[in-house]
Amino acid sequence: MQLLLDGFTAALTPVNLMYALIGVTLGTLVGVLPGIGPAMTVALLLPITFTVPPASAFIMFAGIYYGGMYGGSTTSILLNTPGESSSMITALEGNKMARRGRAAQALATAAIGSFVAGTIATALLVVAAPAVVSFAISFGPADYFALAILAFTAVSSVLSRSVVRGLASLGLGLVIGLIGIDQQTGQARLTLGIRQLLDGVDVVIVAVGLFALGEALYVASRLRHAAPEVVPVGRAWMGRADWGRSWRPWLRGTALGFPFGALPGGGAEIPTFLSYAAEKRLARGVAREEYGKGAIEGVAGPEAANNASAAGTLVPLLTLGLPTSATAAIMLAAFQQYGLQPGPQLFDHNPALVWGMIASLFIGNAMLLVLNLPLAPVWARLLLIPRPYLYAGIVLFAALGVYALKASVVDLVVLFVLGLLGFAMRRFGLPIAPAVIGMILGPMAEIQLRRALAIGAGDVTVLVESWVSVVLLVLSALALLTPLFRKLVARRG
Amino acid sequence: MRLRILAALAALSVAALTGCGDTGGSGGGTSALRIMAPAAPGGGWDQTSRTAEQAIKAAVPDRQVEVFNVPGAGGTIGLAQLAGEKGNGNLLMTMGLVMVGAIEQNKSQVTLTETTPIAKLTEEYEIIVVPAESPLKSLADLVAAWKADPAKVSVAGGSAGGTDHIVAGLMAKAAGVDPKQVNYIAHSGGGEALNALLGNKVTIGVSGVGEFAEHVKSGKLRALGVTSGERLPGLDAPTLKEGGLDVELANWRGMVAPGGLSDADKKALTDLVTKMHDSQPWKDAVAKNGWIDSFQTGQEFADYLAAEQTRVKAIIAELGVVS
Repeated sequence: MQLLLDGFTAALTPVNLMYALIGVTLGTLVGVLPGIGPAMTVALLLPITFTVPPASAFIMFAGIYYGGMYGGSTTSILLNTPGESSSMITALEGNKMARRGRAAQALATAAIGSFVAGTIATALLVVAAPAVVSFAISFGPADYFALAILAFTAVSSVLSRSVVRGLASLGLGLVIGLIGIDQQTGQARLTLGIRQLLDGVDVVIVAVGLFALGEALYVASRLRHAAPEVVPVGRAWMGRADWGRSWRPWLRGTALGFPFGALPGGGAEIPTFLSYAAEKRLARGVAREEYGKGAIEGVAGPEAANNASAAGTLVPLLTLGLPTSATAAIMLAAFQQYGLQPGPQLFDHNPALVWGMIASLFIGNAMLLVLNLPLAPVWARLLLIPRPYLYAGIVLFAALGVYALKASVVDLVVLFVLGLLGFAMRRFGLPIAPAVIGMILGPMAEIQLRRALAIGAGDVTVLVESWVSVVLLVLSALALLTPLFRKLVARRG
Repeated sequence: MRLRILAALAALSVAALTGCGDTGGSGGGTSALRIMAPAAPGGGWDQTSRTAEQAIKAAVPDRQVEVFNVPGAGGTIGLAQLAGEKGNGNLLMTMGLVMVGAIEQNKSQVTLTETTPIAKLTEEYEIIVVPAESPLKSLADLVAAWKADPAKVSVAGGSAGGTDHIVAGLMAKAAGVDPKQVNYIAHSGGGEALNALLGNKVTIGVSGVGEFAEHVKSGKLRALGVTSGERLPGLDAPTLKEGGLDVELANWRGMVAPGGLSDADKKALTDLVTKMHDSQPWKDAVAKNGWIDSFQTGQEFADYLAAEQTRVKAIIAELGVVS
């Protein structure tokens, strides 16, 4: 506790506060822009480690990381164009809320939920780090496979009303996920002989292409036909009912997001899927009716989950030197630039740095809330900009962001092809989210299954050897069978 | 209005992020030198390139230096771009053993023969570890387990066909086991492989010394051997040769320039890199990152490169990972 207070003293110097402010502002900005994510921003800022003292640099990097998680939700909600793949699920309910004139409430629940989740998760980072780490390490390939299966079954609840269309979309995503070199054998798959496709298609390009470009094309195609729907901006703040409906999803989202962040390969996306599915299952009354039309629970839960996962990521990074996300991997490189090796010794050897960084997470979270909450009604007014200008801007930034990833023209072509695909999917009523989910989960399920079987020398029982995988598989079976069972009972009764 | 401010801000940041550089003419004069890191920001080649940038700026203050990234396909996309800059004396590319492997594995049209070798800079050795709970105590135990049933020995390391896989293949071959029989479990990077080892999910792990050393010292992992010629200071692990496996391998990094370079340009670049190598910032970075200084230039490096290509080509074919 004393150490944490010392950390606050270190983080509260004017210079460090300035770095924190720069970090969260930059982070929010790159979060809003499609394509550019926190990982790339931190990587490009790595050279500052040559001149800036370590504490300040890490305070800024942490600010960028958290800010990115905040910013991604804004465009998701307002424009149905997620800035990051981790805020994709937010678009499902968030954009529907915006269309009903509840944009400000959606943005507010996202901002406050992120703050709550970020703060609780950072507190958990302080007290529960060792326990979480040993849990994360005990996860083997079979457990990851079971986890992917559970996520797949959870996806069934976002498959839209038509299961066939949902499955078609999921299948498209699985195919996109296959592109590139197969990790286990080093063989190229579906690359059409194009060298730039050997590393696969970046999930950012898929999310931006299908969501942002597809949406822009679709809106453009409708402009001449239908009169532009006038979106009411609505009341500015969250009402009592909104608070009442938000706080439980915030807490549940945090509980899901934090451990997933600590899992290598868990990522920020999977907990948002699970949170969305859980909130949908738990919805009662008004919420149940609103789900699919803009339920606040579907924004509050996933937004809390993605911020909590960002804090979770820091647990294995600081305690073991184990990066579990792209941003964490680059922060590890930054530690090494300073000649610091994250690991059990880091807390003993550099307490000022570690606790300063943790304190700065609390400060950064508060800053983000102050920065974003008053902006929510302002952002919501973005919807008043005439559609042609707004969507032209989105197409421009989508293309810029994707080009900035690797400066590769092939990526741009892939982006536009995916944009056309996204347009076609909208035109023919295929939901978009399952495609991106399939693209993320498919390769994970495949690689973990093959790893598990290879380690077990082909024996399939390895898949149910650990209690974790058994529990996860039973949960998936329940998730699949309960609705069927209910239907049967309902039919008989 | 607000959107316009946002747009301006965004455009600014994009411009700053991508870095707008000019290509610069040929002739190793005073115009800006560009160093290509043929990988994404944050990795080893990127780190080497950015360290070189700082060191050159310190050693030759009037020389402008700029690093840019061309990621993808084990560096072969960057290689193809370099080959298109024939005769450009103001361009260097950081590369290493991984690129030699990727050229073979991806059947790249462009090879290193279309470049001008400038210098080898650093080396990093590989380490073979087991989880602390493992029954394997020595390389001899490992060889015995391998001979009994290669499928039962799962080997965690980086990408298929990469340095770690090559080491595993060379070790198996030296032990009298068919490299194709090695049960290699590819992971995306050392972090993921480390997780599998700490969770005791795999039999052995192969990666760079820097990646695992901390955990060997803390007792969570046990080192069976290192791929260096001599024992490494501060690390209680025998060399593979001591353990009876005739394998020595360094994961080296160096720099090459485009092909078709004039002798004057080649000399100018070699001199520049030599000055960089002698500078204090470079020495500090080498010490800090735990790299091993293995500076080589001219014909010596060219010969080394040729020998590595032959060796890697053979083992990649034996591993059966050519796509």
